Amino acid sequence: MAAVAPQAFEALTQPATVPRRSMRAGRRRRLNIFRYLVFTLFGLFFLLPLAAMVRFSLEGTKAGSWSVAAWTQIVSYPNLLGAIEITLELAVLTCAVIGVLVVPTLIWIRLRVRWISRAVEFLCLLPLTIPAIVLVVGLAPIYNRIRAHISLSALQLFWAYAILALPYAYRALIAGLDAIDTKTLSEAARSLGAGWFTVIWRVVVPNMWPAILNAMILTSALVLGEFTVALLLLYTNLQTSLYYISRETANAGVLFSTSAAALLFAFVLLMILSLAGRRRGHR
Amino acid sequence: MPFFAYVGLFLLLPTGIVLWGAIRDPAGHGFKLSSLKLLGGSTVRGFFISSVELAAITSIVGALLGAVLAYAVASGNPQGTIRRVYLSGSGVLAQFGGVTLAFAFLAAIGPTSGYLMHAGWFYDFPQGIGLIYIYFQIPLMVLVFLPAIDGMKIQWREATENLGGSTLQFWRYVGGPLLAPAFLGCTLLLFANALSAYATIQAWDNQIAYVVPQQISTAITSEVGLASPNEAQVLALGMVVMVAIIMTGYALLQRRTARWLR
Amino acid sequence: MLAAAAVTDEGGDVTSPVTEAHSAQSRAGVEVRLQGLRRQYGQVVALDGLDLTIGPGELVALLGPSGCGKTTTLRLLAGLEDADNGTITVGGKDITHQSASKRDMGMVFQAYSLFPHMTVRENVAFGLRLRRISRAERDRRALEMLELVGLSTQAGRYAHQISGGQQQRVALARALAIQPQVLLLDEPLSALDAKVRAQLRDQIRRIQLEVGITTLFVTHDQEEALAIADRVGVMQDGRIEQLGPPTAIYSRPATAFVAEFVGLTNRLVGTVSGSSVTVRGRDLPLVDLSTPPGPVTALVRPEAVTLASDSSGGSGPLTGTVIAITFLGATSRVTVDLGDTTILAQLATSDATALSAGSRVTLTIRPDPVLVSGAPAVTEE
Repeated sequence: MAAVAPQAFEALTQPATVPRRSMRAGRRRRLNIFRYLVFTLFGLFFLLPLAAMVRFSLEGTKAGSWSVAAWTQIVSYPNLLGAIEITLELAVLTCAVIGVLVVPTLIWIRLRVRWISRAVEFLCLLPLTIPAIVLVVGLAPIYNRIRAHISLSALQLFWAYAILALPYAYRALIAGLDAIDTKTLSEAARSLGAGWFTVIWRVVVPNMWPAILNAMILTSALVLGEFTVALLLLYTNLQTSLYYISRETANAGVLFSTSAAALLFAFVLLMILSLAGRRRGHR
Repeated sequence: MPFFAYVGLFLLLPTGIVLWGAIRDPAGHGFKLSSLKLLGGSTVRGFFISSVELAAITSIVGALLGAVLAYAVASGNPQGTIRRVYLSGSGVLAQFGGVTLAFAFLAAIGPTSGYLMHAGWFYDFPQGIGLIYIYFQIPLMVLVFLPAIDGMKIQWREATENLGGSTLQFWRYVGGPLLAPAFLGCTLLLFANALSAYATIQAWDNQIAYVVPQQISTAITSEVGLASPNEAQVLALGMVVMVAIIMTGYALLQRRTARWLR
Repeated sequence: MLAAAAVTDEGGDVTSPVTEAHSAQSRAGVEVRLQGLRRQYGQVVALDGLDLTIGPGELVALLGPSGCGKTTTLRLLAGLEDADNGTITVGGKDITHQSASKRDMGMVFQAYSLFPHMTVRENVAFGLRLRRISRAERDRRALEMLELVGLSTQAGRYAHQISGGQQQRVALARALAIQPQVLLLDEPLSALDAKVRAQLRDQIRRIQLEVGITTLFVTHDQEEALAIADRVGVMQDGRIEQLGPPTAIYSRPATAFVAEFVGLTNRLVGTVSGSSVTVRGRDLPLVDLSTPPGPVTALVRPEAVTLASDSSGGSGPLTGTVIAITFLGATSRVTVDLGDTTILAQLATSDATALSAGSRVTLTIRPDPVLVSGAPAVTEE
C-alpha cells in the first residue's frame, strides 16, 4: 500500500520524451531478449496471484468445480453491497472536496499569492511523512469526541480521505498548472474584462482539465483502497468489510470476487488516465 | 481561506495531538517526557526492529528487482502498449495493496487452500508477509525510478561508445553513478512505504502484532489500558520521526537527480 | 605523443591564424572513403548508395534539410548504426563491421554532450581513462586540450555551470583528447545562440586546421557549411546532389535543389538557344552548355540583379515597382514587382537608400552563368 510517492503517478501521465534512435543490430537483439525475458518473468509473478484469486472466486462447492456464486454473492452478502456503496460515495465526496477546495486554492495561489506556494507545497506533501496509521491516532480523539454528541455516518470519513489524497492530487494539479502559462492566460482574460472568478472558472480550469481528471482518478483509487483509517475509526467501507468477512469466513468466495472486481476497476481507471495523459502530451 | 482551515483542522490538529500526547503526562498534569522512554523499552524496541527488518528486506529486494523491470520498460517504445500496460498495472498494484493483495496471495499460496502451492511458510514472519510486500514494492519502484531512467540521455551512451567504452565501462563510469542517487532515493521511498504499511499485514495476520503500525492499532483499540494510555501516541511519534528522516534523505537525493537527469 | 611542436607537421599547407603552437597531431590526417552506403528504416530509405571520399586533413560539410540522410551518414561512419550495404574505409582499412568503441573517432553531439556528474576536466579525460592512462598523464593531456579550446580556467566546473558554447568546446576537447583519426561533428552549433554560433564555428575550423584532422561536419545551416568547409556536400533524400568547394556550390549549382537550398534564387522564365538563355530580353550564359534549346526556368541569384531608379517612366521586361525593402545590415534585399512576376535583388545598403516602396526601377542582370531547370516556371501572380 503506497502511502508515499505521488510523483510516481506522474510517470503514468507524462508522455515519455525519450527520443528513439536506432542502435546497432547486435545490441538491439540482446536488449530485446533481455526485455522479453524480464517481462515474462515479472508478468508471471504479478499475474499468478491475481489469477489464483480469480480462480478462487469462481470456485464451486466441490473443489475443482466452477461456479459464479461468489460473484453473484457480492450483491446479496449482508453489508457488502452497502459498504461498496459507501466507498463509491466516499470517492465522489472526496473528489468533490478536492475539486471545490483544492483546485481553486491552488489556482488562486498561482495567480495571486505566489509567495505562499512553498508553504502550501509543504502542507500538501506533509501527509506523506505522516502515515495513515499515525494520522488515525490523532484523528480518533476528534472523531470520538464528536461522536459522543452526534452520530457520524461513515461518509464523514471523506474529511480525512481528502487529506490523504492531498499529496497525489497536489502533484497532479501542479503538473497541470505548470504545463499551461497561467500568468499569460489570466492577464489576457483580465485585459478583456474578465473578473477573477471568470478567469478561474472559464479560462484556467478548462485548460487544465486533464490534470484535474488525473487528480480525481488518483483520489478515487486511493479511496477505493483505503483501509487503515476506516478500520481504526470503526467504520465500514469496502476494504474493511472485506476484512471483517475474512475474519468470520476465511475463505468466503465473495472476498476474492470483490477484490478481483475492485482491482479490475482501478486498473481500468488508471488505463484511462494514461490514455488521457498521452493525448495531452502531444503538444 | 477555507482551504487552510480545512487542512489545519484535519491534518495539523491530529498531528499535533499525536505529538502532544506523546510528551504529555497521562495523568494530565503538565508535560512529562518519561513516556518517551517507552520507546526505549524492549517490547517496543522489538516492534521497531521488526518493522525495520521487514522494511529493509522488502525495500532492497524490491528496489533491485524494480530497477531491472523499470529498465526493461524504459528501453522500449515510449508510446507502446507494453509500457502503458506495465505502468498502469504498476499504478494499481502499488496503490492497491492491502487487504486485496493479502487475499490474492492467500488464494495462490495459502497453506491450506493455495492453488499454486501450499506454502507452509506463508504465515512466517518475515518471509510470508515479505513476499506480499515485495509484490507492491516492485511496482512502486518502477513508478518512481522510471523517470530517472528516462532522463538518461542517449548521447551519454553514444559518447562513451565513441570514446572507446564498452557496455560494462559505461555502467561503471557513467550510467551507474548517474543513476545511483535516484536509486538510493527510491529505495528510501520504498523503505518508508514499507514502514507505514498497515492494511496488508493486518489482513494477513491480525492475531499477533509484528510491526509498529499493528501495535499502534492495538493500542488504540484496546479497551483495557494495558500499556500507558498514550502508548499509541508515542509509537506514532516514533514512526513519524523515522519517516521524516527518511523522507528528508529522499528529498536531498532527489535534488541531485533532478539536476542531472531532467 | 602530443608534442608542443610547430603546426605544420603533416597537415600540409595550413595557413590558419593560430596564435600559439600547441599540440600537433603527430599522426597524419587519414583518408575516409564511404562507398555505396545504404540504410533503410522499414519503408524509409535514409541513404541510397552514398559515395564520399574525404581527403586527409580535409573538412567536408554535409548540408541538407532534415531527413536528407546527413546525420545517418555521420552515424554510420561513427559506428553507432549499421549500414545495410556498402563499405567504410579509414586510412586504407575497412572498418565497416567494426564496433563503435573500436573505431578511432571523436564525436561532438548536438546537445547533452557532456556527462553531468563529471567536471570539465574529468569529461575531457574520460576517453583517456578508458584507455587506462595514468591519472597524472590524463590530467596533463586534458588540460592541454582545454587550453587548445581556451577553457583551461573552467577545468573544475560542472556542465550545468558553463554556457552552451563552452559546453560544446569542452565536448570538442574531449573528442580530440583521444587523438582520433577522424573528427565527427553532428550539428554541434544548432542548439546555440546566433552570435555564439558564428564565433564557435570559426574556432572549430581553426582548431581543426591546427590539428590537421580529417573531419566530417553535418549541418542544416548553409552559412556554416559555406564558411568553414573545404568541400560541401549538399544532400537530399539520401543522395549527394553536389559535392565541391563552397564557391562552386554557390555560384555553379548543379541542380535546382542545390541552387534553391543554398542562398536565394529567382526563378525566371527563359528560353534556351545555343549556349545562352534569354531571360526577359537579356542573354545570360549557361552553366551547363549541353542544355537543349527550348523554354526553361532560369535560376538567377539576387546579387546578380542590380537596380537603378527609373525616372523616365519607361516600361519593359526589366522595369518594375519596388514592393518591399528588407534591411539586413550591410546588404538589403529589394522585392520588385515586374508586372507578371516578382524578383528579388540584393544590394549593398548604401545603394538601396534611395529606394522606397513604390519607386519605379530598372533592373539589369549580371551575366553570371545561370542554371536552368527543365520546366518553365509557372508565371507567378
